[in-house]
Amino acid sequence: MTLLEARDLHVEFASRGRRARAVDGVDLTVGEGEIVALVGESGCGKTTLARTLLGLERPASGTVLYGGAPLAYSARALKAYRREVQLVPQDPTGSLNPRHTVYEAVAEGPRIHGLRDERERVASALSRAGLRPPERFFPVYPHELSGGQRQRVVIAGALALDPEVLVADEPVASLDASVRGEILALLLRLRAELGLSALVVTHDLGLAWNIADRVAVMYLGRIVESGPVEQVLSAPSHPYTQALLSVLPESPAPIVLSGEPPDPTRIPGGCRFHPRCHVLAAGKAAEAGVDGLCRSQPLEVLPSSAALQAACHYARARQPRL
Amino acid sequence: MSETAARRRRALMRFWRDYRAQRAGLYGAAILAVFVLLALVTPLVTDPSGLDVTKATGPKMAPPSAQFPLGTDESGRSILLMILWGSRVSLLIGFLAALLSMVIGTVTGITAGHFRGWSSAVLMRITDWFLVLPSLVLALVLAAILGGGTSTIILAIGVTSWAATARLIRAQTLAVEARPYVERSRVLGAGHWHVMTRHVLPNVAPLVLANTTLTVAGAIVTESTLAFLGADAGQASWGSMLRGSYDWGAVTSGAWWYVLPPGLCIVAVVLAFTFCGRALEAVLNPRLRGVA
Repeated sequence: MTLLEARDLHVEFASRGRRARAVDGVDLTVGEGEIVALVGESGCGKTTLARTLLGLERPASGTVLYGGAPLAYSARALKAYRREVQLVPQDPTGSLNPRHTVYEAVAEGPRIHGLRDERERVASALSRAGLRPPERFFPVYPHELSGGQRQRVVIAGALALDPEVLVADEPVASLDASVRGEILALLLRLRAELGLSALVVTHDLGLAWNIADRVAVMYLGRIVESGPVEQVLSAPSHPYTQALLSVLPESPAPIVLSGEPPDPTRIPGGCRFHPRCHVLAAGKAAEAGVDGLCRSQPLEVLPSSAALQAACHYARARQPRL
Repeated sequence: MSETAARRRRALMRFWRDYRAQRAGLYGAAILAVFVLLALVTPLVTDPSGLDVTKATGPKMAPPSAQFPLGTDESGRSILLMILWGSRVSLLIGFLAALLSMVIGTVTGITAGHFRGWSSAVLMRITDWFLVLPSLVLALVLAAILGGGTSTIILAIGVTSWAATARLIRAQTLAVEARPYVERSRVLGAGHWHVMTRHVLPNVAPLVLANTTLTVAGAIVTESTLAFLGADAGQASWGSMLRGSYDWGAVTSGAWWYVLPPGLCIVAVVLAFTFCGRALEAVLNPRLRGVA
């Protein structure tokens, strides 16, 4: 069952007189109890997509759907939506008001929504987030906690509202390696115990591999490859995914992308990846007879299907089922 | 909502416990308490008729003596009596004008910082307008139009001195609103009021307090300047005493008892406010705890 869905989503910003198409046509679904990883390099629009799914950014066109119903942007509708979809932010230190104790930080959501039994709610959220015994953490200030504990407090703050979906924006990027595993294990346990769904935004493919059921690779505002995580990451079809994977430490031959870094105010014609594509540059696309298509024929938006798919002329020429 | 009340009471007790640990803050509060207490008991223990130049009994410009512990002024009035009665006017005008200025400045600043777009632009243009107006002249004009009296002076000082505060608070509000915890709060479902009162206000409060300190001092000085220029509240105040001492050449004639008491009183009250402001800041900002 689909819980959260983006349908032909476009988000634009005005950037020095030009339009930056940060999200440029995305179809994406997060099913019930599913963990989807959204990967891509910095500036590819993945954080903007996450913020739009949370209703923090309004799409220029397209729709965000929750439970099949389009998201309304009235204050009342958004407030109700907040009880269903919650954020796990990137920087737990900055995401906690230094003047609020752990109790106040976790109780903020229940207080906003006027929920009863605040104390029990906070205690249960803290223990579900792995801070036990919860009472010991009530009077503590964020600066007295470690980074991993702070991230647990932030997660507890989201859990206190009993949401259905967590949108985690680089949830472990600011944590050190030993703590990363704990937080990832926590997310997996929450899925197992509470049936939580999650969209995990990350630039770390290893993290996607460890945690996600499905992965969507984003480049310059669009999803260029998606599918089950084992298939996408063990046999990537899109040259961009191949390049991302090739720079992991255990990979034999790194592919270093050439060309300009992507600029969402000037999205290239044809395939949006073609100016930096190593397959095209190496002439393999020409061998397959698709180099003309690469330069001139834009690819359609990938549908939000669970099956493996890639938006690449070359991959399609070699594997017609994509 | 008894749970909320209990939480508030606990927070208040915690605040007082933390404030007590601030030595300078305690001194400041004690100095202020002494001044306020003296101002309150003055009408009970002294006779205001001694302030009337026609009923003054002492010699002119007499140095301190047993009968006049702080000497007399050019009309033979007791300086001590004038200081005591003047403290009522100066403190009242200083407190209330600063309060009015801080309320206008803080509300304008937070509103302009929180709501972006045209409402913020309109508020900031109004602020700019008050900022470039010569505030002393505006206060004089206001005092002249509204007629003499303590409330007029308070209004005139309060309405002309909030613009700089508003800009400062707006800048701080913009900085606070950019913090991730404000976005987290929005995602949790917070509305404008929640963000402004739970996150922005507590974060700008130390700045407001620090600014209030300066504003009280500024208001007391402005009051004396207005008195000097003829727009006084019609009563003896520390400011008008300094004016009197200047008019009668108290410094050149060596009448230190006419200059020092009002001047020292102003310094003491301003200093006490600084101590209190610092202590409050240290208490309200957990990161400063244990450092000060």
